[in-house]
Amino acid sequence: MKDKRWIVSGLVVFLLIVLFPFWYNRGRAVPPPEVKLTEKAKAEKECVLARDYMKAEHMQILDLWRETVVREGNRIYTNPKGREFVMSLSNTCLDCHSNKAEFCDKCHNYASVRPYCWDCHIENPKEAR
Amino acid sequence: MNTRYLFAFLVVFVLFLVSWLGAAAGLGWLFGVVIPYAAVVVFVVGFARKVLSWAASPVPFAIPTTAGQGRSFPWIPQAKIDNPASNWGVFLRLLFEVLTFRSLFRNTRMRLKEEKLTYQLEIFLWVGALAFHYAFLTVLLRHTRFFLEPTPWCIQVLETLDSFFRVEILYPGVQFGLPAVYLSGFVLLAAVVYLALRRIVIPSVRYVSLASDYFPLLLIFGIAFSGILMRYVTKVDIRAVKELTLGLVTFRPTVPEGIGAVFYIHLFLVCTLLAYFPYSKLMHLGGVFLSPTRNLRGDTRAYRHVNPWNYPVPVHTYEEYEEEFRDKMVEAGLPVEKPLADAADEAAQEKE
Amino acid sequence: MAEAKPTPQDVLHRIQHTPPRSDWMETPVEIRKGMYCYAANPKSVATLGLPHPHAWNPVEDDWHLPENWQQILHEGFKERLERFRSFKVFMDICVRCGACADKCHYFIGTGDPKNMPVLRAELLRSVYRNDFSRMGRLLGKVNGARPMSFEVLREWWYYLFQCSECRRCSLFCPYGIDTAEITIMGRELLNLLGLNIDWIATPVANCYMNGNHLGIQPHAFKDMIDFFVDDIEEKTGVRVKPRFMEKGADILFITPSGDVFADPGTYTAMGYLMLFHYLEEKYGLKVTWSTYASEGGNFGFFTSHETMKRLNAKMYAEAKRLKVKWILGGECGHMWRVIHQYMDTMNGPADFLEVPVNPITGTRFEQARSTKMVHLVEFTADLIHHGKLDLDPRRNDYLKVTFHDSCNPSRGMGFFEEPRYVIRNVCNHFYEMPANTIREQTFCCGSGAGLNAGENMELRLAGGLPRANAVQHVHRKYGVNMLACICAIDRAALPALMDYWVPGVQVTGVHELVANALNLPGQNERTTNLRGEEFEELMAQAEGQSDEG
Repeated sequence: MKDKRWIVSGLVVFLLIVLFPFWYNRGRAVPPPEVKLTEKAKAEKECVLARDYMKAEHMQILDLWRETVVREGNRIYTNPKGREFVMSLSNTCLDCHSNKAEFCDKCHNYASVRPYCWDCHIENPKEAR
Repeated sequence: MNTRYLFAFLVVFVLFLVSWLGAAAGLGWLFGVVIPYAAVVVFVVGFARKVLSWAASPVPFAIPTTAGQGRSFPWIPQAKIDNPASNWGVFLRLLFEVLTFRSLFRNTRMRLKEEKLTYQLEIFLWVGALAFHYAFLTVLLRHTRFFLEPTPWCIQVLETLDSFFRVEILYPGVQFGLPAVYLSGFVLLAAVVYLALRRIVIPSVRYVSLASDYFPLLLIFGIAFSGILMRYVTKVDIRAVKELTLGLVTFRPTVPEGIGAVFYIHLFLVCTLLAYFPYSKLMHLGGVFLSPTRNLRGDTRAYRHVNPWNYPVPVHTYEEYEEEFRDKMVEAGLPVEKPLADAADEAAQEKE
Repeated sequence: MAEAKPTPQDVLHRIQHTPPRSDWMETPVEIRKGMYCYAANPKSVATLGLPHPHAWNPVEDDWHLPENWQQILHEGFKERLERFRSFKVFMDICVRCGACADKCHYFIGTGDPKNMPVLRAELLRSVYRNDFSRMGRLLGKVNGARPMSFEVLREWWYYLFQCSECRRCSLFCPYGIDTAEITIMGRELLNLLGLNIDWIATPVANCYMNGNHLGIQPHAFKDMIDFFVDDIEEKTGVRVKPRFMEKGADILFITPSGDVFADPGTYTAMGYLMLFHYLEEKYGLKVTWSTYASEGGNFGFFTSHETMKRLNAKMYAEAKRLKVKWILGGECGHMWRVIHQYMDTMNGPADFLEVPVNPITGTRFEQARSTKMVHLVEFTADLIHHGKLDLDPRRNDYLKVTFHDSCNPSRGMGFFEEPRYVIRNVCNHFYEMPANTIREQTFCCGSGAGLNAGENMELRLAGGLPRANAVQHVHRKYGVNMLACICAIDRAALPALMDYWVPGVQVTGVHELVANALNLPGQNERTTNLRGEEFEELMAQAEGQSDEG
C-alpha cells in the first residue's frame, strides 16, 4: 500500500534525525581536550580559587571582578587564603594563562561556549604591546 | 485534592529521589551509561513499533474534516488548504497543522450570559502550546552540542540567537546570567507551568485530566528546572559532561569524575521521558501525521478511495423488491421488469 | 405531552457548565427520561440479520445481554482497531487539552461533562487502555483505565446516543480526532449486542425491505408524489409529470424520504418536482424517481459500516438497472456525507455511469467525476449561473432568510458557497448568522445521527440550543423569519427547535425557495406560495413587522 511506504519513510527519517549523533560520529573517538598549563601556571599550583571551582565557575569570578573594578574602582581582590590579586583579565589571568588558544579556547570550543571577553579584551596583551 | 496530579507528582518526586541517591551512591555507570542506553533503545523501538502498528491498520474510508469550501465550479473559490483537492494542498494542511497548530488556532471559548451564547477567540492555549513546543525544540537542538564535536555552525547560530537577550544580575549574594541566558529554557519552564496550571485551574480540563496528563508536564518541569539550575546556579564541569555524553554517542562510554548530582538527576528524568514517550499520549508527535481527518484530500467524489477489506454484503435486490410488491406496483402504474402474467407463469413452472 | 415543559428561560438558567465534584469514573450514569431513545424493536434487528435481536429496556437493570457479552465487545473492539487506522490513532493520541470541550452542542445545551467530546471518547478509551495496553491495566483508574462492566456499558449506550456525529469537535482538535468516528465504532460495538435504538433500527429495516426509512410501499410512494402534483397544480396552475423508474431517463433522482412525508420537507419535494418539470419543458431533460431507491438518507450509517453499505448499494444498483447517465441527490445532510466520503469506496466504482455533465449548461461536474452523483444544489447553482432558470425572487420578498449549514455537507464536504449562491439568487433578503456558528463551525440541529425521535425531545432541544440561539440573534437583529437548510433531518427537527426557542421563525428547504421564485411555463398568477399562504397577506405582514422594527 502506498501510504505505508510514506509512513515507513517518514519513520526512518525521524529515527535517523533522532539518532543523528550516533551515526554521525560513527564510533570515532573524540577525546576531551587536554588543557595545557604554561610553565608559569604549573609553578603556581593553585589559581585564584580552588581548581574545581575555577573549572566550573570561573565566569562568576570574572564577572565579579569586572563589576568591582568598573563600578567601584577597586582593583584588589583578596582570596579566602588571604592572598591578594589585581583584578585584571589581561594582566592577572593571562599572565599565567598566556596560552589562550591552548587554555581558554580549547574548552570553550569543545563546549561551544563563546564568551564575550574578547569583544573588548585583546587576546594576548603582552605580544600586542 | 486530586489523586491524579498527586500521583503524578509523587512519581516524579520518587524519580528525583532515586537519581539523587543513585548519584550520591556513586552509581555513575548505571545512571550515566546503562540507563541512557536503555532509554534510547526503548524510545526507538517503542516509537517504531507504535507507528508501524498504526500503519498496519488500513484507512478504509477517506474521512477528512473539511474545514472550508470544497473544490466546486471554477467560479467558486476553493479553500485550498482547509479543504485540499491536491496532494500539495494536503501537504500544506499538514505542514500548517504541525508547524503552526492551525486547528488549535481556531479555538473559541463558549460563554452563556444573559440567555445568550457567545464564542470568543481563545488564543492562550494556542500561544502556550506553541511556546512550549518551539522552546522544547530549541532546547533539544541546542543540546546537540553535547553530542557532536565540533559543534556544527548552525547550532552555534541557534545558540547565539537563543542568547541574544542578555540578562546579567550581580548583587551581593545574587549572581545570575553567566553563562549567557538561553531564553528557550525559561520559555519552556514558563509554558510548562502555564499548561500545568491550566490543567489544574480550569474545572472542565481538570475533570478530564488523568495522571498521564500531569506526569509528562511535571517531568518536563523537572527536566527544565534541573537544566536551568545546572547552567546558572550550581554549575557543573561542562567539559566532563560532554566527555560523558560524547562517550555515549561514540560507543566509548566513560564516567568522568566530578560531575554534580544535578546532572544525573537531569539525565535520569530525560531518560524517563524518552522511555515513557512511546507508551503515552506523547505519541501525538507521530499520530498527528496519521490522522485520517487531516491527511486526506477532500475531493472524494472525484477520486475513488480504495478500501482494502471491502467485502460483499447482503443486499435487498430490486428483483426481491419487485417480487414482493409487483401487484401493487402494477396497480399503481409503476413500471416492472416482469409483467404480472410472466411472473405467474414462472411461479407455476416452479411448482411443477 | 402531558407534562408542562419548562420555559426556555428556565432551561437556560439551569444549564451549569462546571463539572461536578465527583470524578467522572465514580459518577454513575442515570439514564434519564427525555434524554434517551427507546430500545430497538427486535423484529427490525432480525429483519437485517444483525446480531442478538432481543427485547430490552434501557432503564431496567437487566438488558438481557448474551452470556459472553464482554468477550464479544473485546473482540469487536480489537477487530475495529485492526480495520480502522482512525480508531487506533484516535485511541492513542488524545492529550486531553480540552479544546473540544465547549464545542459540542450537547455539552453546551446540557452541561453534562460526559458530553464533552473528550470524555465521550474517554468512555471508550478507558476500556481500550485496560484491554489493549499493559501499562494502562497496571496503573488502572489513576491512569484512566477500567475494565468493561455493565455500568460502563450503560454509560456507552447513553452517551453514544447523545452524539450526533456532527464532527464540530474534530475541526478544533489539534490532531483532528473525530468523535463521530469514535461514536460510529462505539455504536457498531453496541450493535454487536443488539443494543440499537428503535429510531435507527426500524427505519433501517424499513429502508432495507421497502426502499425508504418510513417503510412507504411503492404504490403509496407514488400516491404521495401524485398528491404533490395536485397541490402544485392548485397553486401554480401547472400539472407536473414526474417520471418513475423510467429506463433510459437522463438522471436518477434520489432524496431522503422525509421530504416526501413530513412538512416542511414536502414543500421542498414539490420544489424538486417543479424544477424537474421546468427543465423537461424547456430543455427536454428527463429525471426519474425510483421507489426501490427512494431513500437518500442512510440510517445504516448510524448502525455500522456494513449496514450503511447494504442500504447505500441500492443507489448504484438502481442507476445501473435504469441505465441512467448519472445520479442526482436531493437536499440531505448525512446522506451527502455517505455519498461524498463513502459510497464510491463501498459500492463503486460506478463505471457503468457517465461523468456527470449538465446537458443544459454543458458543465462537467469534475468534482463528482468518479462517484457520479451530483448534489441538487450544485446542479441548480450551475443552472442559475448560466442563466437557465427564469426566476422572480420578488415572490420571496416577505422572507428574511438565514442559512443553517448542516453538519455533514459542511465538515464532510465543504459545501458552503453553492447553497448561498442559490439562496441569494432566489431571495432578496439574506442574512448570515454569527461567524462562529456557520460554515465549517456550524452547529448541529441537535437531532442528527438518528436522534430525531419524539421521546428524547429534551435532549434534542438542549442540543439544538446553540443553533437556536444564533438564529435568535439574527431574528432579533434583522427580523429573520425563515431558516433555510439543505437537510431533511433539519427540516424535521428545526421547526420544533424554533417553536421552543425562537417562535416566529419557520424552516424551509432551499428548493422550496427556488420553486417559489421559479416561473413555470404556463403558470397562473401565483398568488400563493407552496404552503398555500397568500403573498399579499404575507407581504403586508412583513411590512408591518419591519415598520415595528
